[in-house]
Amino acid sequence: MTPWDLGPHAAFIWASYAIVAVVLAVLAGWLMFDGRRQQRLIDGLEARGVRRRSSRSGAETG
Amino acid sequence: MAMQTLTQRLANPTRFMALSARLLPWIGALAAALIVLGLYMAFFTAPPDYQQGHTAKIMYVHVPAAWLAMFGYALVAASSFGLLVFRHPLADVSAKAAAPIGAVFTFLCLVTGSLWGKPMWGAFWAWDPRLTSVLILFFLYLGLIALRSSIEDEQLAGNLTAILAIVGIVILPIIRFSVDWNSIHQQPSVSRLGMPAIHPSILWPLLVMAAGMTLLFAALHLKAMRNEILRRRVKALRLVEVQSAAGLAQPAE
Repeated sequence: MTPWDLGPHAAFIWASYAIVAVVLAVLAGWLMFDGRRQQRLIDGLEARGVRRRSSRSGAETG
Repeated sequence: MAMQTLTQRLANPTRFMALSARLLPWIGALAAALIVLGLYMAFFTAPPDYQQGHTAKIMYVHVPAAWLAMFGYALVAASSFGLLVFRHPLADVSAKAAAPIGAVFTFLCLVTGSLWGKPMWGAFWAWDPRLTSVLILFFLYLGLIALRSSIEDEQLAGNLTAILAIVGIVILPIIRFSVDWNSIHQQPSVSRLGMPAIHPSILWPLLVMAAGMTLLFAALHLKAMRNEILRRRVKALRLVEVQSAAGLAQPAE
């Protein structure tokens, strides 16, 4: 018996693991995409000369 | 100067961004390594259950998803408490970032539980106390996300969502004790007083998977918090740009 021979309910087991893998991969991918998109927006605004007041005063507060 | 606590030091979003950027790759890599090890143990070393056979392998993703569904809500509620009581600058960011991730893990808990229930109980779903209370948890997460996104004012949205999150924490003990209320769901096997009721050959793969998925949750939460801080910076910069255009403030250059 190999580890891949999971008996009569194998489809339920594989479906569980596949759904977990796909959903978590989509979530991680979305977070990466969203992070890059926000950073691009900040870069675009800063390229136009827009600065946060905190950066201008030198006291970084986020 | 008095010694600052870790939470006080992290109250500065810029400092948080620097620290999280350094930690994130390590947490993500450790999560991936533990999940790969856990999957190897689950499929190659763990024996089939004496009653359920190989179907019990669904446990290695279902149980960590269930734990993290509840942990995620506790994190949202604790962050909400931090916002309402201590006005911690990152508390609202943490609560907002954790809610969708917690909702995803609750969804995975429900789906994998359903796929486990069909071959074992003969049905994908039953209006059982444990299943129903986890479904309510999922709706609570959706309620928090919907409430926040329906209010334009960021501060008001954060405060109202925090109140709902703290009131909703009552669902956690209900889920915990629901298996005692005429439930078809099995009793806790790991988190029992005394020894766990699982053989080590099954318990260890479960604990490794749980550790890996917990670190994955932490990595996703940190990344979502970083994105939210960037989103708020974009909003602040746009406000400065609009004010500059209206002659209310001078641009930097």
